Amino acid sequence: MKPADGPPHQLGLTMTATVSISAIEKRFGATQTLKGVSVDVAAGEFLTLVGPSGCGKSTLLRILAGLIPQDGGTIHIDGAPVDHLAPKDRDVSMVFQSYALYPHMTVRENISTPLRVQKLHRSARMPVIGRFVPGQATARAEIASAVEAVARQVEIESLLSRRPAQLSGGQRQRVALARAMVRQPRVFLMDEPLSNLDARLRVHMRGELSELHRQLGATFVYVTHDQVEAMTMSTRVALMMEGEIIQVAPPQEIYANPADIRVARFIGSPEINLFAAEADDQGQVSVAGRPTGLRTKPKGPLTIGLRPEVIAVNGGPSDIAIPARLNRMERLGHDVLLHVRPEVDADTSAIVRVSAAEVEALRMRGHLEERLTLGAPAASALLFAADGKRLPSRAAQGVQAAERV
Amino acid sequence: MSRVRSFLTRIGFGPGQIAMHLFLLVCAFAMVFPFYWMVLTAFRPSQEVFLPTFHWLPQEFVGFDNFRDAFAKAPLWRFMANGLIVCAGILVVQLLTAIPCAYALAKFEFRGRQALFALVLFGLCVPVQVPALPLYLGLAFTGTLDSYFSMMLPFFLSVFAIFLFRQVFRSFPDDIIHAARLDGMGEFEILWRIVVPSAKPAIAAFAVFSITAHWNDLYWPLVVVTSPELAPPPLGMMYFRDTDLGSSFGSLMAAATVLTAPLMILFLFAQRHFIRGITMTGVK
Amino acid sequence: MTDLALHTPAPDRAQRRRFGARISPAFGYAFALPSFLLMLGVLLLPIALVIAMSFTDYELGATEFSFVGLENYATLTDDRGFWKALINTLYYVALVVPTSVVLGLLLAVLVNGLTHGRKFYQVAFFLPVTSTLIAMATVWKYLLHGTIGPVNHLLVALGLPSIEFFGDPNFVMPALAIIGIWALTGFNMVLFTSGLTAIPEELYEASAVDGIDSPLERFFTVTLPMLGPTTMFVVITTSITAFKVFDTVAVLTRGGPQGASDVLLYINYLEGFQYMRIGLASAITVVFLGIILILSLVQARIIERKVHY
Repeated sequence: MKPADGPPHQLGLTMTATVSISAIEKRFGATQTLKGVSVDVAAGEFLTLVGPSGCGKSTLLRILAGLIPQDGGTIHIDGAPVDHLAPKDRDVSMVFQSYALYPHMTVRENISTPLRVQKLHRSARMPVIGRFVPGQATARAEIASAVEAVARQVEIESLLSRRPAQLSGGQRQRVALARAMVRQPRVFLMDEPLSNLDARLRVHMRGELSELHRQLGATFVYVTHDQVEAMTMSTRVALMMEGEIIQVAPPQEIYANPADIRVARFIGSPEINLFAAEADDQGQVSVAGRPTGLRTKPKGPLTIGLRPEVIAVNGGPSDIAIPARLNRMERLGHDVLLHVRPEVDADTSAIVRVSAAEVEALRMRGHLEERLTLGAPAASALLFAADGKRLPSRAAQGVQAAERV
Repeated sequence: MSRVRSFLTRIGFGPGQIAMHLFLLVCAFAMVFPFYWMVLTAFRPSQEVFLPTFHWLPQEFVGFDNFRDAFAKAPLWRFMANGLIVCAGILVVQLLTAIPCAYALAKFEFRGRQALFALVLFGLCVPVQVPALPLYLGLAFTGTLDSYFSMMLPFFLSVFAIFLFRQVFRSFPDDIIHAARLDGMGEFEILWRIVVPSAKPAIAAFAVFSITAHWNDLYWPLVVVTSPELAPPPLGMMYFRDTDLGSSFGSLMAAATVLTAPLMILFLFAQRHFIRGITMTGVK
Repeated sequence: MTDLALHTPAPDRAQRRRFGARISPAFGYAFALPSFLLMLGVLLLPIALVIAMSFTDYELGATEFSFVGLENYATLTDDRGFWKALINTLYYVALVVPTSVVLGLLLAVLVNGLTHGRKFYQVAFFLPVTSTLIAMATVWKYLLHGTIGPVNHLLVALGLPSIEFFGDPNFVMPALAIIGIWALTGFNMVLFTSGLTAIPEELYEASAVDGIDSPLERFFTVTLPMLGPTTMFVVITTSITAFKVFDTVAVLTRGGPQGASDVLLYINYLEGFQYMRIGLASAITVVFLGIILILSLVQARIIERKVHY
């Protein structure tokens, strides 16, 4: 996107605001879609609500916008409650997944609609006769230049007289963005804005949205089911599941330090590997019958999680060692994914990400049933209790005694 | 020979196609023949009708004599103007009442919505002949019989329009309505400026449907209208026929041609909408 | 500052219970109101009245009337004229429905199978639907005329006896039915055409792969079964339309000759608006409504099934 132009429409100076969501509840019939969701968004922050479809993230966004009423809880924008306000009075704008462009209007009319409603008298907005309402010339000129400026910023000046049906998906997306930007709202709400674009364009727009956020400095609340979008653009990620926010943290933190097994599984691709483990009376954790260099508090069954990239194959002695057999090998170019099956537990499977060079060095032939040993340092392991909550763990030998969580 | 045949097949005139065309042409002839006969008779002297054999062309061409005669004997312009007034009046009120109601049924939550929709479905089954007697009595008691208003009254409400537009509005994306609310438009403005323009094809189809139905309606005008100067085309045609029975085929057919023409022309121009209107009765 | 905060009145309970900016249901009511009032005035109230009046001996102009219970209905069951009209109407339906449905289907399938000229035929077959039936009925009256009508010219040319369609009690209903068929076939054809275009092309390709290559076999194995719901819908719609036959009778035959073309709506019209026997006419209306509602219920059932098809 182009940098913002100078006056009269200084897009770089958008106001920004905090958003506070507290104890929001929503029921649709018998199902409780939102179970008391709370999260605070700082001014100028890019907060992403991420979660599987049906987790309530879009509903939450619509409640925030005032498009659907909540059954409980309150929303504050800039410290003031907005629950009683109609959508237009909340000073937020929204980009919809379907873009929601007015199909019978040109791009120019689409973008100018929010300003026309704000600045023109009701009678001046009437079709045909509206043009003859006196005293609206200044407002009209302001609107026109604001539309031009925004269009220039998202690079759609040449499309202003087209209709949405004549545009490509990426162009529609830009129009939707422009319509949201033109009112200079305090908060931008985005509901899966990239999900209708093809893969290449999506990657490109991720960059543009980040850049836009940086330029505008406005508060963004962004909804997506795509963890890559969440990880790449946000200042913080709020992971939602089954109507609850499970964890709110910066992207790196939520990846490295998930609070819950569901978070660990949702974030990261390929998915995190989970192995059944057991803690004895002393807190010593053993996997596949072999003791590891890990200690934790309560005894009993637990789950140990290893990201695909922390596992080394046939790497000699390590804190955690799991004998396994090779199921399948996926060569992705630079990386190779090894699909393996632990020998003790034939029902689970695991994925190891290694570089192509490592595979060469190991002289692996990629045979089915090839035996190998998975190894990982204790510090990289994530422990989860039977109920899915994260357990504190400690590398016993003191090699890397990093206390976690 | 076989080369000719394969050429014909290639351009879409194989033996099967030709057989189908022949059959369809015969059917089309039967369908269109009444129109042909009507126009033919309008351009020939009345006595020619009584010739013992049928002739494809007028034996004696009389130009527009029959038309002049028809216009002189009956206020055909008046009939058509009446038809126009009645159709336009009905259509405007139908659209103004049915569109908001359909929108409410499609996009709003309110108590009694289900019941209202059930009433609409019930109304779809009730022909005008059912409420006709009480409506007639009501008009009689209020002294409004024999007026344009009386001709339009039963049709101001079109449950079909409500039903049709509800279907159309239901498929209108909620996101766009939400976007419009965020942009600050009022509910009334959203309906007329955002939702209605997107339903233009359906509105056009319904308009054509409504105009056809009421231009051609005989029953209700026959019940409420007694003054010939208020008669819409079908009733006018009936008066014309009664006063002129058997005496002049030529001018009768000229009148029939004139009164049928407006809808025919409308049809030829708005075919698409006609067809869509009919299909929409079927998609329900 | 702190003081001020302490004295800020707590939001009252009503406001607190209202979470979120709700779109007031008042909009829904306001939008639905005009239609609802009209519905009340021109549909529900009149229907209630017509049912009520069918139990009275009210006649227009009479100063008083009394409730007579089911007497009007008893009169109808004893009235040969009423039965005759009902039977004539059903006869008309029985003539018009099968012919116009089969013909409509045939034309739709043939036109759909053409490589050239579809538009031309669609216009030709649809033309009668849009025509002003009264004007065209007048044309038909002379086309079917016993001596001068071209149809009789044709019959005579084929060596058949000429028929006085509108003068012969045996032929008046078929003559009216011909006009009905002429007016309805194009309508049915359009409905069938839309049903045909909804059949996925893959089905025909699959049947071709399966070795079905004669057009007739293809019609019976793919087209007809897929058109099943459409066909049922067309049959009922046509039945309802045919059951409401009125215009041609009122203009061409007036129930004649000798009541041979009296139909339900025509005698209803005569009783109510010519003889002003409102009570009796109301009873006929109720019977008429009953039959239409039964047909409509059948139709609703079919549409429901169509959804699950």
